Amino acid sequence: MARLQVETVINGESKEFLCDANQSMLDVLRDELGLTGTKEGCGTGDCGACSILVDGRLVCSCLMLGVESAGKSVETIEGIAGDDGLHPLQRQFLENAALQCGICTPGFIVASKALLEKNPNPDEETIRYWLAGNLCRCTGYDKIIRAVQDAAAEMSHPA
Amino acid sequence: MESYGYAAPSSVAETVALLASSAEQGLTTQILAGGTDVLVQMRSAGHQARTIIDIKALAETNRLEVQADGIYIGAAIPSAVINENQALQESLPGLLEAADLIGSTQIQGRATICGNLCNASPAGDSIPAMIAAGAVCDIATPSGSRQVPVEDFLVGVGKNALAPGEFLLGLKLPMPSANTKDAYLRFTPRTEMDIAVAGVGVSLTVTDGLCTAARVAIGAVAPTAQLVTAAADAIIGTDLNEAAVHAAGEACKAAASPISDKRGTAEYRRKVVAVLCRRAIGVANQRIQGS
Repeated sequence: MARLQVETVINGESKEFLCDANQSMLDVLRDELGLTGTKEGCGTGDCGACSILVDGRLVCSCLMLGVESAGKSVETIEGIAGDDGLHPLQRQFLENAALQCGICTPGFIVASKALLEKNPNPDEETIRYWLAGNLCRCTGYDKIIRAVQDAAAEMSHPA
Repeated sequence: MESYGYAAPSSVAETVALLASSAEQGLTTQILAGGTDVLVQMRSAGHQARTIIDIKALAETNRLEVQADGIYIGAAIPSAVINENQALQESLPGLLEAADLIGSTQIQGRATICGNLCNASPAGDSIPAMIAAGAVCDIATPSGSRQVPVEDFLVGVGKNALAPGEFLLGLKLPMPSANTKDAYLRFTPRTEMDIAVAGVGVSLTVTDGLCTAARVAIGAVAPTAQLVTAAADAIIGTDLNEAAVHAAGEACKAAASPISDKRGTAEYRRKVVAVLCRRAIGVANQRIQGS
């Protein structure tokens, strides 16, 4: 079967890749583009480890075909940190020890960034519902929620 | 052996022609919108390779119109977009609360209510709400289009009324009057990321304290979601007194034909669907009083 040629923008850079018609965006990121920060947990949209932003919208990359990214703007965990260092969410996940094995972390950070862009000052309930589709089997979630709250505070009142 | 293919046609005519030519060549096709069910199904064991026809590039499926003479929700519109639409929040709060119950933030970024309908799961949360709101399917056919009420679109577990060569373009809904409101309630053991044990969608019109029109639909308690006219008849013409509302709940219980599974026994589901009906009527009525 002929592979499909796709042009897209990933983390602000124009990219071109070849993929199979049934290849997921997750597999394209990891296997075709070498962007292995995005993780596969379940492959069925239940765990959120593969979260990415497509045209600013939070989605599971395992439930999207690579070919569907044509003409879109995609943001992955690799695009979160700025030139001047870690994003406040990344820093606060470290400060709060909001990760152990780390498989879920890229998904949590991408999902949390989408939340803070929509709502810069979410309460705990809002954060918990927004992140209900991100599963973590290590931390018990509490430290993750604190990290998001601390990042929100830091971003609205820069030191 | 057939291999996977992908096409994203740019017009309805092109899409219908592609469905027809694929059928002539003996090729299997799969309509793709949000993909949150389709991609999971594609990975299941023994799934046959097919040509994926992405309908998100069509102008018709991207229509989202909320106007005095009617509402149109195209088949490519994801739940997140309808839930952010202020005019829909005001006109169809019940349909939106049903859509908002389906999956996570990530799922809602892709999943469409039209896909929820085509997937035809008995427990699809948006379906009873669509039926209650009087939604009609706008179906593209080889010779044009046809309209089918949602309650007639569902023909079995995982089965819809689309004929070969057809696909769903969107849903048409009447614009509710100022004294018409809808509500959807479901029961699940947890509050998020779960599948309905039972669900009830209700739309009421209340004029001067009297219920003048109603539609009640049940989900997850029969092979398909269904309209329960006996429940509506029990409250139309009443002031929504306790006896009338109770009778509506009993009508839902009588219409249910649930299975027993890990989420609940058939007896439990019958009981719960009656309770949800009574409560959903209460919520819709409160919305009318509050507007």
